[in-house]
Amino acid sequence: MTRQCGSESIENMAAHRCSSSAALVVLCYISFSVFIVANSQETKPTVENHATVVEDTQTDTETAEKSTEQPAVSVREWEATETEEETPDSSAPETGVSSSGPHPKDDFQEELVIRPLHSGDIYASFQFRTLWETDFLSGNKVSHYRLFPKSLGQVISKFSVRELHISFTQGYWRTMQWGQPFLPSPPGAELWVWFQDSVTDVDGTWKELTNVLSGIFCASLNFIDSTNTVQPSASFKPLGIGNVTDHRFLRYATLPREIVCTENLTPWKKLLPCGSKAGLAVLLKSEKLFHSSFHSQAVHIRPVCQDLQCKTTSWELRQTLNVVFDLHTSGQGKREWSLFKMFSRTLTEACPLASSSKIYIDITDNPEGEQFEVTPATPLLSQAVVLGDRRTFSVYDLTQQITFGTVRSLNLLIRWKSSEGDMLRPLLHAERYVAGYGLQTGEIHTLMYNNHPYRSFPVLLLESVPWYLRLYIHTLTVTSKGKDNKPSYIHYQPSKDRERPHLLEMLVQLPPNSATEVTVQFERALLKWTEYTPDPNHGFYVGSSVISSLVPSIVAMDTNSSQDRPLFSSFFPCKEESSYFMRVYTEPLLVNLPTPDFSMPYNVICLTCTVVAVGYGSLYNLLTRSFQIEEPSPGLAKRIANIIRKLRGVPPL
Amino acid sequence: MAAPLTLLLIVAVTIRAALYRSSLVDLISERVEVVSPLTAWKRVIEGLALLDLGVSPYSGDVFHETPLIIYLFHFLVDYAEITFMLADVITAVALYLAVKDYNKQVFRKQKFALEADRYPLDCLELIRSPREMYYIPLKVAMFYLLNPFTILSCVAKSTCGLTNCVIGLFILCTIKGNVLLSAIFLSLATYQSIYPLTLCAPALLYLMQRQYIPVNFRRVSFWWFIAQYAFMYLGSLFVIVCLSFFLLGSWDYLPSVYGFILSVPDLTPNIGLFWYFFAEMFEHFRLFFLCVFQINVFFYTIPLSIKLKEHPVFLIFMQLAVISIFKSYPTVGDIALYMAFLPVWSHLHRFLRNIFLVSCVLLACSALFPVLWHLWIYAGSANSNFYYAITLLFNVAQILLVSDYFYAFLRREHHLTYGLYLKRKDGSEATLVLK
Repeated sequence: MTRQCGSESIENMAAHRCSSSAALVVLCYISFSVFIVANSQETKPTVENHATVVEDTQTDTETAEKSTEQPAVSVREWEATETEEETPDSSAPETGVSSSGPHPKDDFQEELVIRPLHSGDIYASFQFRTLWETDFLSGNKVSHYRLFPKSLGQVISKFSVRELHISFTQGYWRTMQWGQPFLPSPPGAELWVWFQDSVTDVDGTWKELTNVLSGIFCASLNFIDSTNTVQPSASFKPLGIGNVTDHRFLRYATLPREIVCTENLTPWKKLLPCGSKAGLAVLLKSEKLFHSSFHSQAVHIRPVCQDLQCKTTSWELRQTLNVVFDLHTSGQGKREWSLFKMFSRTLTEACPLASSSKIYIDITDNPEGEQFEVTPATPLLSQAVVLGDRRTFSVYDLTQQITFGTVRSLNLLIRWKSSEGDMLRPLLHAERYVAGYGLQTGEIHTLMYNNHPYRSFPVLLLESVPWYLRLYIHTLTVTSKGKDNKPSYIHYQPSKDRERPHLLEMLVQLPPNSATEVTVQFERALLKWTEYTPDPNHGFYVGSSVISSLVPSIVAMDTNSSQDRPLFSSFFPCKEESSYFMRVYTEPLLVNLPTPDFSMPYNVICLTCTVVAVGYGSLYNLLTRSFQIEEPSPGLAKRIANIIRKLRGVPPL
Repeated sequence: MAAPLTLLLIVAVTIRAALYRSSLVDLISERVEVVSPLTAWKRVIEGLALLDLGVSPYSGDVFHETPLIIYLFHFLVDYAEITFMLADVITAVALYLAVKDYNKQVFRKQKFALEADRYPLDCLELIRSPREMYYIPLKVAMFYLLNPFTILSCVAKSTCGLTNCVIGLFILCTIKGNVLLSAIFLSLATYQSIYPLTLCAPALLYLMQRQYIPVNFRRVSFWWFIAQYAFMYLGSLFVIVCLSFFLLGSWDYLPSVYGFILSVPDLTPNIGLFWYFFAEMFEHFRLFFLCVFQINVFFYTIPLSIKLKEHPVFLIFMQLAVISIFKSYPTVGDIALYMAFLPVWSHLHRFLRNIFLVSCVLLACSALFPVLWHLWIYAGSANSNFYYAITLLFNVAQILLVSDYFYAFLRREHHLTYGLYLKRKDGSEATLVLK
């Protein structure tokens, strides 16, 4: 089965080379029209098959090394690696906590992944998944909620939402220092929604939905209006089941200026079945979470399949929280991290409602324990293919009492032994900046790096620029390695003043081991004085550009979605083994605009009206009067005397 | 006269061609005084690029040219520099021929009046001689072609030059007495930028004067002529508008061109009065002041036509000046057009009151525009008020210039009727005042 998939993907790769327009079709097709099969049956690796797993790791890495040694045969370089061994025997004992039969109506899983970073920082990623077997798509009204939060259930039912993705991020993810995040998100708030095709007034529904979500998450999502909403044509495809591709039902908006803080975290925690009372969520204390270099929380709702045949569908609610603690500010410069040091809490139990509750620690770079040591040690190891890389994790199963030991509390401790080592460079990363000086014009530069030594791959770049930066599309240039690199597909929607932003989407082929630069010039508009923010000289934010791509994978990706996989590796559906889907967000931009003087509207109105009056007055004067000979006017005394004489009825002097 | 004109044209074209080859082109074509959102060449290119991408150029808010312009440059985009130089040359030649013809008529009329002894005896020094009128047409062409404003406008490839060309041809056809061509060119000018609509009043007055039709509301011939002209004007306007519709297949251009001119959504600084006023305007008064400011441009047409019904060419000059001062997106190219007429009124110089002051202010402002722009936008050491102040002063100077010429014209007419040296009742020397 894997072999078949491999040949299919080779054909696909050939298609990439054949014609670039076909590449778009292929990209869209393979990346998005996929099904996720959710498996509610929880299995756990046992000590017996741990040994085989480790053996397989070694053989797999060997094959990977071999394959990288033969770059000349670029098509054949890829080797299908067996992934079957990762799953333990199906006869493994079932220990799901939710004991409502073989097909539970609702299912809840929680997990925490900790990845020690080479810089000494530490990356913690929480994922909570709630599955709810119901049939919203057919329009049935549901009033009974068990684990799924009622507030969100009602929202998706009322607004006929097919998919909803929302993220709040504070800080910028440093790809070159930290590697790839499990789930990328742009700084600020991001919201994208697919509506069901039964929605007639999509814009009206979108407006209402953003206001409702604004209330649910205590965020400024109500500032999303037509001036920052776009309808991307290719970059955002549904991640759940259903192959709707009519982008009329898609809305995407970012608020790069949004500040994320405690008031957004509290409603987010309330959506969890256990709240912050039990399970991994006890660690989410805002005084520690917001004292970090990067904080991102997200909610993803999508329909998924319950089984392979997709007979029944269910809603999946994924809540993720990613945080990076800084070595110096949070860790006091000591390369030693523990759950208590990170979150000022330790774990004592799993969420009783969870069918699975696990902590993974990424020990891929530490196979012999020479980089850092983890206490307490765990016998459980697991492997997962995530972001094109095979990673090894130590697993702590919180549903097992033995995990907590005799002290009835789990406080994982990671202590560095050496500060050397270097990180696997991400294959794709991007950055962006504004060039030029002065407040009249400027140029946006987007740089996309393909670090793959010999494979080129296409990426979709999406830029949404507010209307007050007037883009000139004729100045668009795309250069790779000093040569012009014509995009094979450009979708451009010019802006309308005060109505809608610019939308620029293009498909660019990134040559191997290269930097591709996209530049476009813009002109800064002068706004009305009421349209400026309260701190106009701070500048205006331009949201991150989004780069979506299928990146060639070094190891075989796990396409068999029916397998039980850790949550962090199963978000983006994977259709073929040779590549994986990746989304990269660039920095948001801060652009200064020329400002009027806010203190003098009255003066300006008076002065301009005076000038118009000067024009009117002098013309009026010349039009209505005629030339006459000036007669000397009588003196003041004589005039007064004449007025008195007039009153008296006597003829004037 | 043909030789000096040819020489002038060669000099003018050489200057432009040299500037096109210099590094100043980029600098000039970015200047907000020279190009407005309506006329910028960069936006024409953008419109063509949008067409190439299969996007309607009017779906965005960058392109505001008329469909005929985009159609023209669809073919001529590689010859744009020649097109703009040619437009300037045609305008200058049209003005030259028009003024030559006009001067002939002025002289003939003056001869009749002299023969009929209509002028007072002491007005002989106000009578114009053919010798002083001989070089006026050449001076007009020179004022247009060698005016730095025109040169800048042409080098920046501002489409204002094309509008000026159409207006120049309109003036030529009107003065030559060709009713049909006059109506067609007027409708083209209106199509390009609404405001030349007000030029129909002087055109009607001039054509009627030429055909000896009295301006009398009770006469059938008067109304018949107006109906004829209106029919030709509206008919050609209709044809042009429909042609634009068929070129692009949609009416999108109407709001995008004329809505843009009238509602002033783009507040990019320029030399006019609109941008800062509407940037600082309170939102609930916006519509009111927009109406006031737009009506202001058209408002002077009727009173000026009544006052100047005997002098339609001066009326054209007045109208052009009023439009270029009060329009929503003025550029220096508009100013250059009415300034080209100044040599025609050289006989008024003895009655001008503050021409020295006004010309000094105009020169100083022209020099200060780039300086204050640099201080505001690039150096950051000044703010928008500095640039705004200089636009105010520039407009006051233009208003004073125009009203001064108007005053001088009316005063000369008064003197031609009542004599140059007026006396009071007691026999002492009198001074004239407006009452």
